[in-house]
Amino acid sequence: MAFDKKHILGLGELSAEEINVILDTAESMKEISTRDVKKVPTLKGRTVVNLFFEPSTRTRSSFEIAEKRLSADVLNFSASQSSVVKGESLVDTARNFEAMGASIMVIRHGMSGAPFVLAREINASVINAGDGSHEHPSQALIDIFTIREKKGGIEGLNVLIVGDILNSRVARSNIFGLRKLGANVRIAGPATIVPEYFSEMGAEIFYSLEHAIENVDVVIMLRIQSERKTLEYFPSIREYSGLYGLTREKLRLAKKDVIVMHPGPINRGVELTSEIADDPDAVILEQVANGIAVRMAMIYLVGLGESL
Amino acid sequence: MGVLIKNGRVIDPSQSLDMVSDIYVQGDRVKEISKRIDTPRKSDTVIDASGQVVAPGLIDIHVHLREPGYEHKETIKTGCLAAAAGGFTSIVCMPNTNPINDNASVTEYILLKARTEGIVNVFPIGAITKGEKGAELADIGEMCEAGCVAISDDGMPVTDSGLMRKAMEYVKPFGIPVITHAEDTGLSAGGVMNEGFTSTELGLRGIPAASEEVGVVRDIILCELTGTPLHICHVSTKGSVRLVRAAKKRGAKVTAEATPHHFTLTDKEVYGYNTNAKMNPPLRTQEDVDAIIEGIADGTIDVIATDHAPHSQDEKNVEFDLAPFGIVGLETALSLSLQLVEKGIITLDEMIKKLTIVPSEIVGIERGTLAPGSIADLVVFDLERSRTVDPGEFFSKSRNTPFSGWELKGVVSNTIVSGKVVFGRN
Repeated sequence: MAFDKKHILGLGELSAEEINVILDTAESMKEISTRDVKKVPTLKGRTVVNLFFEPSTRTRSSFEIAEKRLSADVLNFSASQSSVVKGESLVDTARNFEAMGASIMVIRHGMSGAPFVLAREINASVINAGDGSHEHPSQALIDIFTIREKKGGIEGLNVLIVGDILNSRVARSNIFGLRKLGANVRIAGPATIVPEYFSEMGAEIFYSLEHAIENVDVVIMLRIQSERKTLEYFPSIREYSGLYGLTREKLRLAKKDVIVMHPGPINRGVELTSEIADDPDAVILEQVANGIAVRMAMIYLVGLGESL
Repeated sequence: MGVLIKNGRVIDPSQSLDMVSDIYVQGDRVKEISKRIDTPRKSDTVIDASGQVVAPGLIDIHVHLREPGYEHKETIKTGCLAAAAGGFTSIVCMPNTNPINDNASVTEYILLKARTEGIVNVFPIGAITKGEKGAELADIGEMCEAGCVAISDDGMPVTDSGLMRKAMEYVKPFGIPVITHAEDTGLSAGGVMNEGFTSTELGLRGIPAASEEVGVVRDIILCELTGTPLHICHVSTKGSVRLVRAAKKRGAKVTAEATPHHFTLTDKEVYGYNTNAKMNPPLRTQEDVDAIIEGIADGTIDVIATDHAPHSQDEKNVEFDLAPFGIVGLETALSLSLQLVEKGIITLDEMIKKLTIVPSEIVGIERGTLAPGSIADLVVFDLERSRTVDPGEFFSKSRNTPFSGWELKGVVSNTIVSGKVVFGRN
């Protein structure tokens, strides 16, 4: 099975086959993480730049570890200490790194579509590490990888995503990916942040968490992103948490072997009670561990395409 | 010194004229139109328009010339060149320059520049409010005296309905219309494209159709309250077409325009985060496009105007959220309008009407007709000849068009302003 995409910009652009190639590759990558020497020479002599225009701890660290395990030379760039402050454009910034020899750029940006600008304008491969409210493909691939590991497959599963769907790039990527692999996707949250247009993307819309959660195999709880002004969309965190926070009682309505996921960072007591976050049903820390394998697979596959 | 245009199909809706004839222009006036005119003098220029259409020069009542203040995007000179190349002999320019055209000295500056550097007629629109800030009325009377033909805060809608009403009342004795970019900015806040399935997929903040429609409703109500003629810019939604149609039925003094991009493209153009598909109002859905076309056919939409909005490549080649709204239109408008004729939606005569006499009447300029004795502004174009749109060949300083690479019919061969050939293409 070949993977001939030069960039990974989103799951909206990938076929089911391509998604499966990434997941299968991630499985082999996961094996590397169990070795004593967790490193392979695949990308030796290649330079990968992590262009982070938005603060991120986990995603950036996870990409960095993934890159280092593939023996790439890694450069980190974050906007706070950058020339972006001096008014340099996104394209110019990226071209500078390209001139320094970077062949893969991992970009996180607060605005939807920023990785597409780079893919259009530069020669390096571009991996989207989250763009605005658009996509967060690595996170969704991690979620799907983790579900596949736990459930043995994706097809026919009922997966519920709860929270700020409107502003969530994790939700969009998961909807694209899970639908392509044959899962039934439900979304739930306040009507202001669960717009009806999502039904055209193949998601079933619920405004009651109790109804939505019935018979589901997987629950993905989204973080309430206060930095995205989500708070205009509902009266208070208290009301939100009462209606859409996941509690032990509500979780009982799901399938017995339900797994609970969260892309992090968790607002304990808002999206989830601590009881659930720390429960064995919750696979939140496994998601983090799988993150490295999935990101290794993404970098490996675009890097491989380039060397062919 | 005269110009003799021979054997063209002369179409002038102002005189219900459509026949193959000759036109003789003497000085800056149309002297005669008849079946056969022999060259009266040796010094006359003769244009063979066989197989081509000869019409009154086109008039665009929605243009951004960017001068003063944003000369890197467009100047009065380059904007006029682009207009002439597109067959336009008169352009009406919006006040959102820097400084804003909110007082007579800016109006005079624009007119002076146009006289000395522009090859087509330029008619300025003054701002409704000082600095387009929506707080106090601009020097409307003085601007009117200096030559403004309408007032508008295009792009920065007056949110205070009380102030909008005052502007509409105040302007009455000056006999000029109020031109509105109708938008409820509360509903559109932060939006960068049409709100719908496409914006949802792309994760871009939407501008709902309702934001335009709420604005249209308000301004129609104020138009009916004050009796001042209201012209509604760039209608982009099905709902707006319906509202304008109903208002006209009631007898409200409302006119409306549509742009070629709004009757040609949908918001699907934004896929790939194409900033040349970013404008305000945004490209909408096929349903909206169909409604606009229906409005053009039944006369609800009176005018085709471009909303020519030049921006440099550097400004457009950025993250979608950061790119400015707007695209250039002067050099593609005629061809795109001709597609409506080709599809049988309107006749060629009706199309020319919406690009000549109707817009001239809305802003009250004595243009848009070939009646003997009138100012000789003309366009000669070939209906059948096609070309591939190449922004590199634009006369405009800017290249921001979503139509790059399109194969379009309709090529302007001559543009004549006040009896002078200002543009010719072989």
